[in-house]
Amino acid sequence: MKFSMIPQVISQMFKHPFTNLFPAKYVPPSVTKFLEDVKAGKAKIIPPVETPEGFRGKIQYDREKCIGCKLCIKVCPSGAIEFKPEEKKIRIYLARCTFCSQCNDICPVHCLSMSNEFLLADADKYSKDLIVE
Amino acid sequence: MNKTITYQIPIGPIHPALKEPVMFEFEIEGEKIKDVDVHLGQVHRGIEWAGMRRNSIQILYLAERICGICSYSHPAAFTLAVERIAGIEVPERAEYLRVIQAELERICSHILWAGVAAHEIGFDSVLFLTWQIREKALDLTEYLTGNRVTKAIMMIGGVRRDITEDMLPTIRKSLDFLKENFEKLRKVFLDDKTVQMRTKNCGILTKEDALKLCAVGPTTRASGVKKDARLDQPYFAYNELDFDYVTPDVLTGEVNGDVYDRIIVRLLEVKQSIDLIEQCLDRMPSGEILAEPKIQKLLIQLKKAEGEAIGIIEAPRGEDIHFVKLVGEEHPHSWKVRAPTYNNILPWIPMLKGEQIADIPIVAASTDPCMSCTNRVAIVKNGHRDILLAEDLHRLSVEKTRRLMK
Repeated sequence: MKFSMIPQVISQMFKHPFTNLFPAKYVPPSVTKFLEDVKAGKAKIIPPVETPEGFRGKIQYDREKCIGCKLCIKVCPSGAIEFKPEEKKIRIYLARCTFCSQCNDICPVHCLSMSNEFLLADADKYSKDLIVE
Repeated sequence: MNKTITYQIPIGPIHPALKEPVMFEFEIEGEKIKDVDVHLGQVHRGIEWAGMRRNSIQILYLAERICGICSYSHPAAFTLAVERIAGIEVPERAEYLRVIQAELERICSHILWAGVAAHEIGFDSVLFLTWQIREKALDLTEYLTGNRVTKAIMMIGGVRRDITEDMLPTIRKSLDFLKENFEKLRKVFLDDKTVQMRTKNCGILTKEDALKLCAVGPTTRASGVKKDARLDQPYFAYNELDFDYVTPDVLTGEVNGDVYDRIIVRLLEVKQSIDLIEQCLDRMPSGEILAEPKIQKLLIQLKKAEGEAIGIIEAPRGEDIHFVKLVGEEHPHSWKVRAPTYNNILPWIPMLKGEQIADIPIVAASTDPCMSCTNRVAIVKNGHRDILLAEDLHRLSVEKTRRLMK
């Protein structure tokens, strides 16, 4: 029993690393410069692990379809949805969203859906990326 | 002349072996623990209060956040209570789907616990072995529910997602992987001499104490008490499945109630859960998965409901009880949660008495306490306070393992 881990260690030596080296193989000296390079096409991001079908990521809102019935506001557990009375549309604050997709289920016109986008970190909770309207 | 002096060590309210703030006061004589006192109530988040300002569907997602690991058991217990009040009949297929999710959660939780236990006694390679297995279990959870931890699958009157025919091959493949690797894990834990030396006859909870202190879940079953809410008060589709109480005498033929027995019970329960999921996949009837697919209608129905009920679930750590009282309003009049760890805290006292300081992490972790983290221990010595960091306590534990290996 003393060397029971040896076969595991040897087989592991010939396998690829399990870790996904996201977003780059080595930490870039400057993250902002790295992102600029990516935009310019000079550098490449190693993509994150793929999400399965039916993943609950960033919420998507079809503004045209929405009828302003406020049912989503009624079931949202975290109060992330705000009603805009003058337009009769909604605004979703992703910083509060718990990604339960309950609003998707209750929507009578199916104007809300979940995408597979999950890289939503931001320093400002009211930034443009974190508000869906 | 030998004169012994006892020292007092407070552990907590913040500490890594305790995953939720709780405070211990140990009376130490040399290395031996003479007496233990537990101070509860260090973390109050007001979840029940927040729940009384939300409707039943919103509470499902709030209940999920009571505990990150039991994120299925809490909404499930709440749902059972609400369904009893409103008299909602759950479709047969949904009952089976609920069992699958509950057992998958048990696998994730027990394997996580096995990793933590290995880490506490200094086997970090085993920690990574368990994490490799758990990763697959989490991938399966993500595939079935849409997220890895907060599953959001429970709905009053059924479940939110179905398992279709084309999903079955992926599920079976994952289950085969779990079964295969479970054998590896079983060998590492149950046949290894050092693990046995560290955990046998350590942190003993006798059957009498387990009954007297109302221990629940694997902690009480490891002491030989046949108590399992899945069998005692069958819910979901458990009464139609074949399984039995897991006590350590199934494997070893004797019950000691020590840490080793708790490892046996948890590992055998992983195997049992895999088996239960397979049974469900085979026996699942076709049909609806929700009693009321229109959620607006369900909300109106729940608003009219009046009465009070209790929902009991066997969570990975033991019996989880939710009490709900509805009075014909949108928000419940009362919601009370009793998580399993609450019962498993008092058994710590008989378990820890007479043990060594180095055994505190593994004994405390052996009940799988569901609490937040603790960071340091302060030693009060002649009125002078020394701080023993978490790392030091962990180091003591690892050193004891190394000593035994020699």
